[in-house]
Amino acid sequence: MKHKLFIKSILLFSFLLAIVAGVYGQGNVVSGTISDAVDGSGIPGVNVLEKGTTNGVVSNVSGNFSITVEEGAILILSFVGYVTQEITVGAQTKLDVQMETDVEQLQEVVVIGYGQAKKSDLTGSVVSVSAEDFNKGALTSPQELLMGKVAGVQISAPTGQPGGASTIRIRGGSSLQANNDPLIVIDGVPITNKGIDGFANPLTTINPNDIETFTVLKDASATAIYGARASNGVIIITTKTGQAGQELKVSYNGKISVGVPIKYVPVYTGDEFREVVANQTADPSVATPLLGTENTDWQKLVLDNAVSSDHNISVSGSMGESLPYRATVGYTDQNGMLKRSHMKRTTFGLALNPSLLDDHLKVNVNLKGMLTDNNFSKEGALGEALRFDPTQPVYDENSPFGGFYTWTSPDGTPNFIGTTNPVARIEQSENTSDVFRSIGNLELDYRFHFLPDMKAVLNVGYDRFDSDGTDNTDPLAAFGARSPQINVKTFTYSGGNELLDFYLNYSKALLSIESRIDVTAGYSWQHFHNEKINRNRPWEQTDGVYVGADTTVDKTENYLVSFFGRINYSLKDRYLLTATLRNDGSSRFAEGNQWGLFPSVGFAWKINEEPFLKSSNTINELKLRAGWGVTGQQDIGFNSDYPAIASYNGSTSNAQYLFGNQLYTLWKPEAYDPNIKWEETTTVNVGLDVSLLNDRINASIDYYHRTTNDLLNEVPIPVGTNFASRLITNVGSLENKGIEISLGGYAISQTDLSLYVAANFAKNRNEITKLTAFPDPNYIGYEVGEIDGGSNNRIQINSVGYPANTFFMFQQVYDQDGNPIEGLYVDKTGNGGAVDGNDLNRNYLETPTPDFSMGVSSSLTYKQFDFSFSGRLNVGNYVFNNINANNALYSQLYNQSGYLANIASTVENSQFFNAQYKTDYYLENGSFFRMDNISAGYNIDRLFSDKINARLSFTVQNAFLITKYSGIDPEINDATNPGIDKNIYPRPRTFVLGFNINF
Amino acid sequence: MKNLKYIYLILTTVVLASCVNDLDVVPIDPDSSNANTVFSTEEGTKGALAKLYASFAYNGQGRGEQEIQGIREDFSNFLRQYFTLQEATTEEAIVSWDDQTIKNFHWHTWSPNDPFNEAVYSRLFFSVALTNEFIRNVGNSVASESDKNLFAAEARFLRAFAYWVLVDMYGNVPIMDENASLSDLPVQNSRAEVFAFVESELKELETLLAEPKSNERGRIDKVSAWMLLSKLYLNAEVYIGSDKYSEAITYTEKVIGSGYSLDPVYENIFKADNHNSPEIIFAIGANGIFTQSHGTTFIVHASSGGGLDVASVRGVGGTGWGGYRAVKELPEKFGIQESDFSMANPLPDFADGRALFYFSANDSWNWSIDNVGTFTEGVGVYKFSNLNSDGSQAEYYNPDFVSIDFPMFRLADAYLMYAEAHLRGGGGSRATALGYINDLRARAYGDASGNISDGDMNIDFMLEERSREMYWEAQRRTDLIRFGKFSSADYLWEWKGNTKEGAGFADYRTLFPIPQSQLTANPTLVQNNGYVN
Repeated sequence: MKHKLFIKSILLFSFLLAIVAGVYGQGNVVSGTISDAVDGSGIPGVNVLEKGTTNGVVSNVSGNFSITVEEGAILILSFVGYVTQEITVGAQTKLDVQMETDVEQLQEVVVIGYGQAKKSDLTGSVVSVSAEDFNKGALTSPQELLMGKVAGVQISAPTGQPGGASTIRIRGGSSLQANNDPLIVIDGVPITNKGIDGFANPLTTINPNDIETFTVLKDASATAIYGARASNGVIIITTKTGQAGQELKVSYNGKISVGVPIKYVPVYTGDEFREVVANQTADPSVATPLLGTENTDWQKLVLDNAVSSDHNISVSGSMGESLPYRATVGYTDQNGMLKRSHMKRTTFGLALNPSLLDDHLKVNVNLKGMLTDNNFSKEGALGEALRFDPTQPVYDENSPFGGFYTWTSPDGTPNFIGTTNPVARIEQSENTSDVFRSIGNLELDYRFHFLPDMKAVLNVGYDRFDSDGTDNTDPLAAFGARSPQINVKTFTYSGGNELLDFYLNYSKALLSIESRIDVTAGYSWQHFHNEKINRNRPWEQTDGVYVGADTTVDKTENYLVSFFGRINYSLKDRYLLTATLRNDGSSRFAEGNQWGLFPSVGFAWKINEEPFLKSSNTINELKLRAGWGVTGQQDIGFNSDYPAIASYNGSTSNAQYLFGNQLYTLWKPEAYDPNIKWEETTTVNVGLDVSLLNDRINASIDYYHRTTNDLLNEVPIPVGTNFASRLITNVGSLENKGIEISLGGYAISQTDLSLYVAANFAKNRNEITKLTAFPDPNYIGYEVGEIDGGSNNRIQINSVGYPANTFFMFQQVYDQDGNPIEGLYVDKTGNGGAVDGNDLNRNYLETPTPDFSMGVSSSLTYKQFDFSFSGRLNVGNYVFNNINANNALYSQLYNQSGYLANIASTVENSQFFNAQYKTDYYLENGSFFRMDNISAGYNIDRLFSDKINARLSFTVQNAFLITKYSGIDPEINDATNPGIDKNIYPRPRTFVLGFNINF
Repeated sequence: MKNLKYIYLILTTVVLASCVNDLDVVPIDPDSSNANTVFSTEEGTKGALAKLYASFAYNGQGRGEQEIQGIREDFSNFLRQYFTLQEATTEEAIVSWDDQTIKNFHWHTWSPNDPFNEAVYSRLFFSVALTNEFIRNVGNSVASESDKNLFAAEARFLRAFAYWVLVDMYGNVPIMDENASLSDLPVQNSRAEVFAFVESELKELETLLAEPKSNERGRIDKVSAWMLLSKLYLNAEVYIGSDKYSEAITYTEKVIGSGYSLDPVYENIFKADNHNSPEIIFAIGANGIFTQSHGTTFIVHASSGGGLDVASVRGVGGTGWGGYRAVKELPEKFGIQESDFSMANPLPDFADGRALFYFSANDSWNWSIDNVGTFTEGVGVYKFSNLNSDGSQAEYYNPDFVSIDFPMFRLADAYLMYAEAHLRGGGGSRATALGYINDLRARAYGDASGNISDGDMNIDFMLEERSREMYWEAQRRTDLIRFGKFSSADYLWEWKGNTKEGAGFADYRTLFPIPQSQLTANPTLVQNNGYVN
């Protein structure tokens, strides 16, 4: 970093010089050779440009160039992988230049678990993404920055909800029922990344503007140092800091955006509906009298353009030479398209990085805080907007339910199964939360005075959240009349974790044997805990009591204690070996199963350092990597911190039993598995990294094979002894194998014009290889993928020999014209009878995961202008169109309890009257290309004074979507029920105006 | 800087020592406890006993957590699914919903993978596990010796009850008592062995349980054991192929002479205040506020809809879930026809006061069912109501949850069993049998106008009369099987065997399949005859 600042200063200086000098002279020819400062070889392809003009040439194969310039002109010499130089031409005609390799770039240091390493020395599959490659736009949460940027890291676009969550999967999932989220480590603190009530997305704690780098550890030789939490990969986030000796810098970043709904579910208008009800209900004489006279577009009433803004100020500098600091404040006011939904977030950040005792003691202090006011509104209104009778008005002056039109029973009470008026749902609900979260750490990095090769690092950190929420229903609301005891609901959710890491690191060059050795050993202690209090009561007291009022308290904790070690050994700077070992103890398991050992070995061969390639100008990196390692999984959910302990639990107040005149709390023994232990995933990874033409082109390819054994899976158990019919236990195996390719390079690299193009490709194949304790050919597996409609209907299956969440459906029969015949399916077993009464007539079909996915991005810089885009392609991901399956049905027009409901007009394609949930008619290929963002910017190098620079940008997020999927959006952001499209909260298209000023 | 090194060293030692101990955690949740603590108080002991009863009433512990997995929590209720399997498989009920495989029961096309079947089987064995755990621990309780003995006897009764349902529905299941270990694979027993186990348990319990009518509300006495023995013996020919009708007479006589009496008003047995009914011997409790069970709550809500004035007839909120109704063959047993109803009079009073049917409440009803999925095809049943006997609102009113106890055993059943056992050659007195039948009919008609003569009393009459008296009380499948009419082609109702007119189906379906998931978990189990995947 110092280096960059230095270069910048030189640039600025030269620039000033050029302006001030203003020297005119005769044009003369300057020629010379450009060579590498280290080996003296000529560098071909170097851009030589006269500053401030379009006059330029490129050096030839031998590194020679020749250019005509006037005396006093400034030449800018640039080439990827080398430090750009500016040279003022005097009277000379010969100009030989030596270019220094850009150490910063080649010797890029990346953070790895408990330490750092030079990128070139890595033996594992590690990808680092820094600020300049981040996605652009009005992004509220960190993972959006990374979307589509790393091969094998699938990050779904967030939903339309403000601060909405998105799912991250690294190389598919290595578990079935345990957590498949990667471990996220922020400035050395592994954070709680699970659902926190009142928090749409826990990662929004971190302001994206404060992030310096993401490092993604993908294979086991990189992740195994995190042992029992590493099976799904690790994402390490570092935040920005000040630099020693740096001048005071202030930076402001502001964005204003507007999100626009793109697509609605096609339903009938009021006029069309009147016709459909008359023609398509079983008994129009009962249905048509219920029709109204309006034409209400309910979807447009609940979804609207959403204007948001975002402001960030950061101040960084250094107090003296040894106390760099950075402080930042951010404020985000994000509105959702759903009426009333918004998020108001304030973030704070402070980083202090003093260096004491002659640089022997480095101290890093990071404090981050976030305060958020959320209004979630009521997403249920979206489904209701689709279904509410379009012939009815929003308001009804005679309605006793706050003036909203409501379906009622003959006695005037609300019809509880009738659709709720969606506008009433939103206006008569108060669904909000206030969340505070803070993450911080103190790291002491001490290099021993008497043994400078040895250092000790102590890191203490915390993650703390407090969330208070309210979900109240207006006393007048029709939809609250049914269960008045839950009309006033509040909750408190608090918790977090505390961390203590300590490790010693010894690093030594052993010149006599041309080796370098680096050893790390340490331990880590972390305590996770949370407490959840839910309260509910009615608005009014009856006879002095709140009838049905209840308070439930859930409290849980767990500990992780670990010992870890790592050895890096490099021979001749060509052969690199990394071995790690972690011994993890988890309080989740019983004695005897508490400790797990997670080893890994990685090997890399820097072929480019071999004599036969060392002098190559074409190939400047060629590295072969191979790794093996074992990682674990012990995260089995909130209520599963004590799966191995026999315990009893007491019932809530609404689940008591009366003996005599006394109510008794029910005491129930809990199911437990005394033998439960870690899931173990073994990964083999082989990779090749290539860098060509002085790093102008980079490529890597990785192949991996992961096997998870002792899979934690909920399986049927023999009933009668334990206190459940299914239990999460270690049974089953799963395989993931895949290939990942990344490519990036400068198609054009000139001073005023550069074009960078990057693409990545990933293909993962997942297969379940074992699911039961005993082999059973008749076990078809267990159904997953719960859909909307009916109750507990599932259309996917986890079955041996198939990928997880394979669609499992009946094969639709079609008539001669290609129209589906309602309720008629292929009788696969040939047993006759009711085909849909036998699950064996269902077929194993495609899966929600793509056959392959790609990310593409590009950036073009021309003088002060820049332009970039980033997009993703998913191919072969299948989607169950649950919106159609549950709404495109004539039977829903009229309900026997006396109300009408709108239906999706796609019913005209199927002509289905009754629900046919499990037909493959609704299964569609959801392949898509989404342009996540397109951005254009203009940089003002000098604003009022040289000290001030600024930037203006315009970005379109979710710019366009190319797909043949018939629903709203085939990208399903639902980790529990992947590939099932029941989400009607559309992703907005967002237009963002950005302004940035630095001084 | 040596000091710093020492600080590190000390820190290291302290943390190393503490960290390993941190792994030995105990639950910190205020609702969490363990066996020692629970049985250390009388209230805890009775709370554990209450759970044994509540396992038949309730779905879980009130947090929406699944106690029985593989099915939605509110579907895992014993009574709800027992009702479905016993009633929806007969002429007494048919379901309009699309919940998973629910329609297959009326169509007699269920498979070993069926989730509802699995839920019933799992729930029964869950009760077995609970009762065994209780029996293992109750000895350590602080309760008095006599209380502990009584508690243990009740636990054994509830286990025997679970096994009776298992004998009736599944036949060949593993017997597991309090010595069964978590690590052993259960071993399958024959239907006859399970029968013998239930019989011997109940005979022992005859002496151990509380004297008739001496126990507190909510808990059973020895009359329940007699009642269960009566049921076991009456069905012995189905269960073990041998005739035990004289034993059935013996035990029904004991029940009838035990001090329970007929409720003067038939309808009141199924009302919110039916805990006052003198007729109910063993009830599954419910309370709109404190025992929010999906059992009777389900029966009331699921059978309401189609324009019925739910509040005034059923005593709950809403307009009904519109799911369960009867096929026309049920009202026809009372001689009731479509023309007896009209939109103006959807709930006519019938001479036989047990006929609690509604129809055509909103003029869209069809007597005969063309579309099983349409609730208003068929005939509505409003037998259970959450109003009090006097028509007032239930004491613990909740529009969503009812306070009706489910009469699992009631005296009238013993009357009918006595008569049937007599007609099947079990002895006793024909005049007494006729008297019992007419006692029930006189209650139903309000006078002797409905009484039958001796010549009317035969075994075919009993099949119909049992339905008239006991419909929707989860008895019908067992009755039809005992009369040989469940699967046969000579006794039809709409949509039996998955055809509108009704058809016979394979006889092996008189037993339900052992859930496929259990065969997977325990390969030593053998599937019931006839069921293939």
